[in-house]
Amino acid sequence: MARIIGGATTSHVPAIGAAIDLKKTDQPYWQRVFSGFEKTKQWMAEAKPDVVIGIYNDHASAFSVELVPTFALGCAAEFPPADEGWGPRPVPVVKGHPELAAHIAQSVILDEFDLTVVNRMEVDHGLTVPLNLLFGSPGEWPCPVIPLAVNVVLYPPPTGNRCFQFGRALRKAIRSYPEDLRVLVLGTGGMSHQISGPRAGLINSKFDKAFLDNLSRDPKKLTRITHLEYMREAGAEGIELVMWLIMRGALDDKVDEVYRFYTVPASNTAVGHIILANRSGK
Amino acid sequence: MPRQPQEYDDIPGTFVFDAERSRQGYGINMFCMSLMKDENRKAFRASEAEYLKRFPLTPEQAEAILKRDYNRMLELGGNIYYTAKLGATDGHSFQHLAAVMTGMSQEDYAAMMLAGGRKVDGNRSKTEKTRGKKRG
Repeated sequence: MARIIGGATTSHVPAIGAAIDLKKTDQPYWQRVFSGFEKTKQWMAEAKPDVVIGIYNDHASAFSVELVPTFALGCAAEFPPADEGWGPRPVPVVKGHPELAAHIAQSVILDEFDLTVVNRMEVDHGLTVPLNLLFGSPGEWPCPVIPLAVNVVLYPPPTGNRCFQFGRALRKAIRSYPEDLRVLVLGTGGMSHQISGPRAGLINSKFDKAFLDNLSRDPKKLTRITHLEYMREAGAEGIELVMWLIMRGALDDKVDEVYRFYTVPASNTAVGHIILANRSGK
Repeated sequence: MPRQPQEYDDIPGTFVFDAERSRQGYGINMFCMSLMKDENRKAFRASEAEYLKRFPLTPEQAEAILKRDYNRMLELGGNIYYTAKLGATDGHSFQHLAAVMTGMSQEDYAAMMLAGGRKVDGNRSKTEKTRGKKRG
């Protein structure tokens, strides 16, 4: 049977992708950010997941205001990088895992999560930047990635509690898949940031650090954070941290914290990262 | 019908892109989305006002776009991930747009970010901002 070996979360700041693509990673500003992911790459190389579930949000690339699905699962065989206005990022095409994705879709819908199934989708920096942070810049991504796009752009996104419960349904789905696959769940976005309006530039490190602590040890507490509190405390766009709760919901109640990293800023955003290992996943 | 008051209207300097704004700003956001295509960027640059006629925009919305009044675009239903495409069409970095929206120079804005960003204290609610006190 498939099992979840653990989870990771990281911010998905577009400027991080631009720094990689424009080969600026050695500059002191960016070195501060990238040095925090060296240990991550080592851990990923040892953990060698067979499949990654990549939870992210689309930024007006694959979807627009014409169609806004709350949870959309990529069930295709591949997902090309989107052209976000400067040509597609020079990163590998994301290869999916259509069989596992179809199994997840069927399982979570019967578990009362009304998922949108997507069979054609381009993926933007929201997914590809975290893949770079986990895997570096290889010619091919080392394993299939199933994209799960969550609406956090149009208010209201799903609540933190709903996201956590979705993670639980995702866990049940993965564990009932008959093939012996080692799955890593990746949550992206955050941490505190506001990039719109006169309050742009807001960062709340105290909020972020408490969030990381609770993500590791007491995630139920995080499910009680209201949307209003996210926006007030972590910035209007900091609300995307709800996506991290999907990752956490998919893990065991008790996990081992392998690693964390936090720095301010990358462009306009606080960068946070954590790796949690399932005790049952070894 | 006027916009219904929302709890989050109390957050200072913030235009939450909610369902009502999305409805209102559909034209702004679809205009911005169109700028993903080079042929559209060229047509827009050739005659901005003429190009805007392709989209369902109120005179206020069209004016905000022509004047590059980014906060006004957000207030009238634009979303930042969309309006950023207009900024990119103009050749501006995102940080430039952020600085414009805050009324700061890009240099001062970048320095603020390097120093840890805008503090949350005093920026949680409009009342807190006015009184300079912490929320009770």
